[in-house]
Amino acid sequence: MHPGDMSACEIAGAVARGDISAFECTQAALSRIDRLNGSINAFLHIDAEGAIASARSIDSRRARGESLGPLAGVPIAIKDVLCTRNVPTTCASKMLKDFRPPYDAFVVERLRTSDAVIVGKTNMDEFAMGGSNENSAFGPVRNPWDLSRAPGGSSGGSAACVAAGMSPIALGSDTGGSIRQPAGLCGITGLKPTYGRVSRRGLIAFASSLDQVGPMARSAADCALVLETIAGHDPGDSTSLKADVPPYSRLLEESLAGVRIGRVAAHFTEGLNPEVARAVDEAFAVFRAAGATIHDIEMPHARWGVPTYYLVAPCEASSNLARYDGVHFGHRTDTAQILASHAADRTQKNNIDSDQADSTLVEMYRKSRAEGFGSEVKRRIMLGTYALSAGYYDAYYLKALKVRRLIRQDYLNAFEKVDLIGGPVSATAAFPLGEKTGDPLSMYLVDLYTVTANLAGVGGISFPCGLSASGLPLGFQLQSPALAEPLLLRAADRFQRITDWHQRRPHLEGTLQQP
Amino acid sequence: MMMAAASQPTTSATTDVLPYTIVIGLEVHVQLLTRTKLFCGCSTAFGAAPNTQTCPVCLGLPGSLPVMNHEAFILAVRAAKALSCRIAEFTKWDRKHYFYPDLPKGYQISQFDLPFSSDGKLLVCDSKGRFAPRTVGIVRVHLEEDAGKSIHDESTGCADSRIDLNRTGVPLMEIVTQPDLRSPQEARAWLNELKLLLVYLKVSDCNMQEGSLRVDANINLHIPLPDGRIAKTPIVEIKNVNSFRSVERALLYEASRQWDEFNHTHAEIGSSPKQTRGWDDPAGVTRAQRHKEESSDYRYFPEPDLVPVTVSETELSLMTSAQGETPALLRSRLESQWSISAYDADVLVNQGIAFVGYFERLATILSDGKSASNWMQQDVMRMLNENTVAIESFPVRAEGLAALIAQVSSGAFDTSRARDIFSEMVKTGRSAAEVAASMGIADVGDDELMSLCRELVACNPKIVADVKGGKEQAAAGLLGQAKKKNPNVNPGKVRQLCLELIRAM
Ligand SMILES: [Zn+2]
Repeated sequence: MHPGDMSACEIAGAVARGDISAFECTQAALSRIDRLNGSINAFLHIDAEGAIASARSIDSRRARGESLGPLAGVPIAIKDVLCTRNVPTTCASKMLKDFRPPYDAFVVERLRTSDAVIVGKTNMDEFAMGGSNENSAFGPVRNPWDLSRAPGGSSGGSAACVAAGMSPIALGSDTGGSIRQPAGLCGITGLKPTYGRVSRRGLIAFASSLDQVGPMARSAADCALVLETIAGHDPGDSTSLKADVPPYSRLLEESLAGVRIGRVAAHFTEGLNPEVARAVDEAFAVFRAAGATIHDIEMPHARWGVPTYYLVAPCEASSNLARYDGVHFGHRTDTAQILASHAADRTQKNNIDSDQADSTLVEMYRKSRAEGFGSEVKRRIMLGTYALSAGYYDAYYLKALKVRRLIRQDYLNAFEKVDLIGGPVSATAAFPLGEKTGDPLSMYLVDLYTVTANLAGVGGISFPCGLSASGLPLGFQLQSPALAEPLLLRAADRFQRITDWHQRRPHLEGTLQQP
Repeated sequence: MMMAAASQPTTSATTDVLPYTIVIGLEVHVQLLTRTKLFCGCSTAFGAAPNTQTCPVCLGLPGSLPVMNHEAFILAVRAAKALSCRIAEFTKWDRKHYFYPDLPKGYQISQFDLPFSSDGKLLVCDSKGRFAPRTVGIVRVHLEEDAGKSIHDESTGCADSRIDLNRTGVPLMEIVTQPDLRSPQEARAWLNELKLLLVYLKVSDCNMQEGSLRVDANINLHIPLPDGRIAKTPIVEIKNVNSFRSVERALLYEASRQWDEFNHTHAEIGSSPKQTRGWDDPAGVTRAQRHKEESSDYRYFPEPDLVPVTVSETELSLMTSAQGETPALLRSRLESQWSISAYDADVLVNQGIAFVGYFERLATILSDGKSASNWMQQDVMRMLNENTVAIESFPVRAEGLAALIAQVSSGAFDTSRARDIFSEMVKTGRSAAEVAASMGIADVGDDELMSLCRELVACNPKIVADVKGGKEQAAAGLLGQAKKKNPNVNPGKVRQLCLELIRAM
């Protein structure tokens, strides 16, 4: 089998046995990236040199008889929101165009010690804000299933990369659906772990109380393998949970007999594309056939999820992004120009007064931020700044926190009756590039079915459950109580043992640009 | 300690004759004595080369996360307990936003609506009785990280600013008082008491030169009007005050300035927002500071990168079990245990915990608190000042000083001779006996003394006549001569012996 078509589990096993070298796997991934990235734009930075060096080191360690890590030789792509030591980490923003972090994110450290081979950094919506990957300062990602369509976002580069077989696994981050939604639109499997299950150290913050790093792969089994590696307590992240990490990939065998899956009727009323509705209901039937029972449940506050999310997330973002002011790092406007224009203004005066000095500074702030951030990032900074301002805080931010508690309570109530909650990931299949860019509100609604899991901090997984008439992948989502990833992965894995939707591949070759 | 600003025509040292009441509240920032910063592992040591004590966390690099320094929390709780504060079972962190080059994250991690402690008090008394004891309420004590330091370099002519981030993230405790102080003198004394307390508890070194203690003072006047109503002047916050003496001077100045202003404008609180004025120490005036638009709305919200801190009763008692004696408790214990006056106890305690330790060792050996207290306050303090040395490195141990004092009591030396010996002991580090021997100081025999006195009386008929005529103080003239003939004689004994000889003539 071509290493580009092997799963992470298969590659790790083959490399450990010596059936294939890490170098071969890495070369296969790099050559596919080389061939496809011009059309898909999934990568912002391809680290061929670094990848080959680590592959060679793995191979020579194996040759010396040393034991290898659980992801030995598996090529992995990293969303460009995660810090990689001395490797560009831009968040797809002009603001961080030249940022090379002096450290690895916790999850990147873990991947390196498990002998995964990092092939590059993937494209995304700027600072992870967006649902289509069109907000990247470095051009949109194209959906491998149809290059005229968006891959979803914000982890669109990671999703497209895995869907196109450029690497078997990738890391994404999910603040309101940013792993699950692009996974659904690109026909792959994406897991958003419980908040705190994976350390956020080295994840460039968008909304700290919602952000979570997770695996994206072609199967739930591969997601389990990656989660085993990246999960766990990190003393460097106060919000990371101290709970033990179960051996997820060895907990997939048990059947689903007696597992109760909730179905929310409201998901099927308005706005849901009939094709998606049918595929989702067929997925429920698969679970029923596998021994699970399906129960109608209610999530009475879920309808407030999107507005709540669009207060909490921008408030936190406005704060997290305050540091990009051009003083210490990030894009700085041409200060020589500001100083020259001020010098011209004060030709009559001998020395600069302090008012003048401050306005130079404020002007530097304004221009640096105006030039460095894209329009969606600016929109959210303004939304958040407004909502946190004196006189508005109670009406917006505080009220959003109250609704957030109600949504969390909805989940607690639901999980007294069921073990998992199933439903759609997105209302439609992948939409054409440009369709929603003029209408931010319609773009915000792409998170409709995913944001509540982030607000409640629970786990969620999405995986393919069908194809639309035009051949686009359709996704199914499962959500679980906090720390119930073993069940979440087991259910998705069971579904993938019964169906083959996750093995469908986009037909790429005919549609590609020639390099 | 008289008021330096007494030149202000409308102020006076005694507030009760003023036509208004001064109302003062203080905000004190104290740097905690931790080895590392509040949310990262960087050193807090003062004086390192700029930007050498930084890391991704305190630089606010993308992706970095804060982790609370538990040591800082324990020190802060210790201080708050000593200030009789209620310790919150649940406390959280908040972000306070503003843009400034010395604040790399664009926000400061602080505490907003749920500080870790509140509702405390600290009593200040004046041992000289210049004001009545005053209990000052404490609204809250909270923790926050410090910002960096901006250095504005005017020498280049283009107003370059340089930033040192060594201080960024250093743990600060902010103490906010009720407006309970009623005079600048009280404010200064209260600050001294607070500093003493924090130093005793080893919570902070309170070094104002190094920025470990910073004070902002809020002041206004309550002015009784002829119609019986009380007019309140707009509150002014005074910043940039670099010593407690300056706090007192600035408040005195500000009180008289507000009184003058009220007489011109009759402006009352509410008619204008709180004003910030900076203290110009060389000029001795406060000046209005520019209103900063940026700082008007800090947009506080809960810090999502840190978890709330919960403190159980058990943890609380563990945290405060190692707590030392507070200055107030120590004063009353010294007073009763060593039978010294409140004034003496105050002077001793104000010198610091090591000084009190020395005193207590000395008093124990001598079994005499009063004598130990006198020696500490006069001779030891003088030696410390003359040699600019701290009691911790004082070369004469309490045992050595006790031996010297014992010889004075036994009449071996008089006090003035003992001071010479003590001074030499401090210089050389040798014992009283060794110094006495090397200086040739020996006990003068009774016979030798008698023959010396006989000689003096015989050679000074004028003095003898004066003494006989009733002017006993004339005998002093004999003492100087005795010292010249034999520097080791005890002048008291010489005087007594000579008088006896003259009376017998
Ligand atoms: Zn640091």
